[in-house]
Amino acid sequence: MKYETQKVALPFFAVAMALFALQIVFGLLAATVYVAPHFMAELMPFNIMRVSHTNLLIVWLLIGFMGCTYYLMPEEAEQEIHSPGLAYVQLAIFAFAGAAALVGYQFGIHEGREFLEQPFWVKVLITISYLIFLFNTSLTLLKGRKTAINLVLMLGLWLAAVFWLFAFYNPSNLAVDKLYWWWVVHLWVEGVWELIMASLLGYLLIKMSGVDREVIEKWLYVIVGLSLFSGLLGTGHHYYWIGAPSYWQPIGSIFSTLEVIPFFAMVVFAFYMFWKGSRNHPNKAAMLWALGCPTIAFFGAGVWGFMHTLSFINYYTHGTQLTAAHGHLAFYGAYVMLILGVITYAMPQIRRSQPYNQVLNMWGFWIMTSAMCFMTFTLTFAGVVQTHLQRVLGMNYMQVQSQLDLFFIMRLGTGVAVTIAAVMLIYSFFGPAREQVPASSRPLAATE
Amino acid sequence: MTEGLTKAAARNIFYGGSLFFFLLFTALTAHSHWYMVTKSTDKEGLTESVELGKHVWEENMCINCHSIMGEGAYFAPELANVWERYGGHTNPEGARMAITAWMRAQPTGAPGRRQMPYFDLTDEEMTALIDFLEWTDSIDDQNWPPHPAG
Repeated sequence: MKYETQKVALPFFAVAMALFALQIVFGLLAATVYVAPHFMAELMPFNIMRVSHTNLLIVWLLIGFMGCTYYLMPEEAEQEIHSPGLAYVQLAIFAFAGAAALVGYQFGIHEGREFLEQPFWVKVLITISYLIFLFNTSLTLLKGRKTAINLVLMLGLWLAAVFWLFAFYNPSNLAVDKLYWWWVVHLWVEGVWELIMASLLGYLLIKMSGVDREVIEKWLYVIVGLSLFSGLLGTGHHYYWIGAPSYWQPIGSIFSTLEVIPFFAMVVFAFYMFWKGSRNHPNKAAMLWALGCPTIAFFGAGVWGFMHTLSFINYYTHGTQLTAAHGHLAFYGAYVMLILGVITYAMPQIRRSQPYNQVLNMWGFWIMTSAMCFMTFTLTFAGVVQTHLQRVLGMNYMQVQSQLDLFFIMRLGTGVAVTIAAVMLIYSFFGPAREQVPASSRPLAATE
Repeated sequence: MTEGLTKAAARNIFYGGSLFFFLLFTALTAHSHWYMVTKSTDKEGLTESVELGKHVWEENMCINCHSIMGEGAYFAPELANVWERYGGHTNPEGARMAITAWMRAQPTGAPGRRQMPYFDLTDEEMTALIDFLEWTDSIDDQNWPPHPAG
């Protein structure tokens, strides 16, 4: 850690991890209801669990992105953060807004569009906090060195703010509502968030592989170019069945198929740079995350997305458990692993210790990643069975669901494994710093 | 990576290409908006009651159990075509009564069955909600879903 204000990231990481833990709790509750349908039916209906699960994810990812940005920006811009005080203030506002939304949900206080359920005033607070964040980081960038990494990162963050404004537009025509709802949801996760992902990944690669910045930054522009060229019109794969014109079927099919390419490019990018790089960075756990993130993102977002993106397939699979399968692995690979990776990289430096608890962290990596993959497999099988019974044979929805019990039971098991891994990871980030373990006792050497 | 491509060229392609695709996407979205308002949805049928129904739908956060036009949670049945499933196309009065009775009867308490909470809707809200679902059913959505089962 070269710059004092990089430690601004620490409270962001801490809050993000606390909310991550809560997200998993609500996920466990919801998964339990799938197995035992009467579980907490009166106390907390399923819709409350689910809105809490998804909203916590969004909020902690955003706080995580902010933490990553505060950590990276001084090094990239060669400039201390404009105002650490403002950073703490905007974190407090954001965390308060998120907590207020979460508590409100338990009492039925919410709006009603998926993922955008936050009450109006919470949305306003989030906007204010986010604008302070953009102001603070952009000023730091303007005063300092401009690199492809920090420019692409800030572009992604700014565009995320621009598209967020569509969250305030709720037309009474449901079809039009959906048309613009995707301008937030798709253009975030399959558009501008990929800019954030690629630039953070590029940062980790520069730091850990030792490959020349010029090479990495050229790759970065190529990857984010591919992301937006495919991802913007790729939105069409959400426009097949919502009352939009039929031309979205070919456009959405073609361009969303191309969305796989930038994810594949990121895999090649990460592995090629580590292979080419001369530096043998001591933080092996961070290297593992930096390689794992694009790999799982490629499978979760790329392969699992492609599986049901062609319009003539999606006609049958749309809105089944297959979507849930894809959603879980895509978010985990692309964004959860990314932030966990940056935290793994940054924490030893923020704490000014040698990389510590690497073995525990790597166990966390493998358990969580395998569990998420297995969760995705169970939901995929559930989705395929559901598609056939319900969409091909026309069986009644509830009858079909009762055929899926086995998959839902296994999914709950994977949720328990994720929980255990999360405890290990959080302990490895924030627990007592320990001496580095001798190399011979490292059971996991996947990155070497 | 091809040696011929410089960083500056890659950057320019990124900015230029992204702008091009964004403008194209914006134009197609604008056309789709026009198409939805004039062709695929029932403009005259979008009454105040349908609007209120959408509000009831949102206020009770139905989306986090059910899906509508395939979007939402996957915990409970698809509702964009619930009107068709309840026979609304042939017997609208019967469908209204059946949906109302079903919602008033929740939770069923049936063992091993997912429970829908009881929603305390006024008669006006119930009518509006069903108007909204009937209106949604009429959207020309390329014949999705493939089967009335949803």
